[in-house]
Amino acid sequence: MQLYSDKVMDHFSNPRNVGVIEDADGTGEVGNPICGDVMKITIKVDDDKIDDIMFQTLGCGAAIATSSIVTEMARGMSLGDAVSITKKQVAEELGGLPPAKMHCSVLATDGLKAAVDDYLVKRGREPIAGPILSSDPNFDPHEDEESESEACDL
Amino acid sequence: MDHIVYLDYAATTPVDERVLDAMMPFLRERYGNANSLYALGRDAYKAMEDARERVAASIGASHPGEVIFTSGGTESDNTALIGLATGGGRSSGHVIVSAFEHHAVLEPAEWLSKHGFDVTELGPRPDGLIHAEDLKAAMREDTVLVSVMHGNNEIGTIQPIRELADVAHAGGALFHTDAAQTLGKVDFDVDELGVDAASFSSHKIYGPKGFGALYLRKGTRMAPYMMGGGQESRRRSGTQNTAGAAGFAKALEIMDAERAAETPRLTALRDRLVEGVLGRLELTSLNAAETDTRLPHIANFIIKGVEGEAMLLHLDAKGIAISTGSACSSGSLKPSHVLLAIGCPQEFAHGSLRVSLGRYTTEEDIDFFVESLVPVVERLRSMSPLYAKIKAAHEAG
Repeated sequence: MQLYSDKVMDHFSNPRNVGVIEDADGTGEVGNPICGDVMKITIKVDDDKIDDIMFQTLGCGAAIATSSIVTEMARGMSLGDAVSITKKQVAEELGGLPPAKMHCSVLATDGLKAAVDDYLVKRGREPIAGPILSSDPNFDPHEDEESESEACDL
Repeated sequence: MDHIVYLDYAATTPVDERVLDAMMPFLRERYGNANSLYALGRDAYKAMEDARERVAASIGASHPGEVIFTSGGTESDNTALIGLATGGGRSSGHVIVSAFEHHAVLEPAEWLSKHGFDVTELGPRPDGLIHAEDLKAAMREDTVLVSVMHGNNEIGTIQPIRELADVAHAGGALFHTDAAQTLGKVDFDVDELGVDAASFSSHKIYGPKGFGALYLRKGTRMAPYMMGGGQESRRRSGTQNTAGAAGFAKALEIMDAERAAETPRLTALRDRLVEGVLGRLELTSLNAAETDTRLPHIANFIIKGVEGEAMLLHLDAKGIAISTGSACSSGSLKPSHVLLAIGCPQEFAHGSLRVSLGRYTTEEDIDFFVESLVPVVERLRSMSPLYAKIKAAHEAG
């Protein structure tokens, strides 16, 4: 059984910053519908800081909650700091995630990284985020964690 | 939680009051061990055998000794698969199971494949059925056992067991069916179905959890799975659960007595549910909808552009209990093996909802569910980066 923390449930039930910035400076879209999770982040950038940020996510409770919290964490951050947010920090900010759900926080950090790089590349600057793991078709979100196999009695 | 709208009867059911009344004496004053010779033991033994006779009569077994009491559907399935394959000291051979069996069948089949047996997983067609001609093609000269579930627990389709058992027998193989979802809900007769073994679960029919039975046709060789004191004619050791047996027999009796009235009631509720969901939500479908032979209480929907666990959590917040075949609900990356087996694309299988009805479901429950589901789906679709694309693709044909 996977139990979500109160903070995960709060961000799932009342997600912050949902939507699309129409005249966005950068857009990141990551994930894969085959895996069940797709996330899109749009950002406005001012003086290399994230001035506004919104998300859309198709996914489970953890995917929506991690998307929501990462937009809160990144708002006002410098681009360098924003791409340095780790999946562990996202999970900690939410009061922890069940082991099998840790990969959802990769989606959130990757969406942010992709949006920042999109902004930079559009302006002829060098990308800074490094590899976007979850867009790699061979990406195994469970490879670096101990995943517990869930019992299922339908 | 003040009031729960429970729509997950295929997962488990509450114990019926009448069942609880039948069980209580064996938890209190009639607590004897059914293997003891003194009066208290003989009383427990008689109660056990009375329960066995009633279960045997319900399923059309020719002898009460063909009913072995177990700890539930999983133990019955495990025992049947491993016990029948290895019966008589056999250590190799070919076993066929359907690809959309419960894991209580698939896992022991996998175990057999690692211990000397060849195992074929036979796929259902998109109609949610295992076809006799497909089984025929999968049979081999060394096929020793075929196991195909009676009613599928996720999509509710009822398999043509008689035809499948005939194919197995024509090829010299034994036939087992997992009837955990069908017992008590449709007519079940071991001779009419032609099965050598069948698994049953008590908690799916308003009986207690942790109890079940395995039907084993007389003369069928089966290696015991639980070993010890030699209870159940050496086929299942362990002190018998007398309260469980009394409860299970009572639960089955109630199912049998009420089925003629309950089946049309549930079917009408299910049809109201299906009409409500498909009528109120676009890009939504019922799995295996074209198949008429189905359980009256299970409906499995694909709701495109949303993820199942997110729906489940929002509905839970409104006091509604349902299941999903989404990967996220199971902790794996793959969605329901049942939906994949009938050819449902992975990206849509993540958006599946299984709604299952039962004895205490009312029209008000169905209406409340539909009224609750619509805004949940609309909200999740409005948050989805893909929904506009899915809709455009659908409208473009």
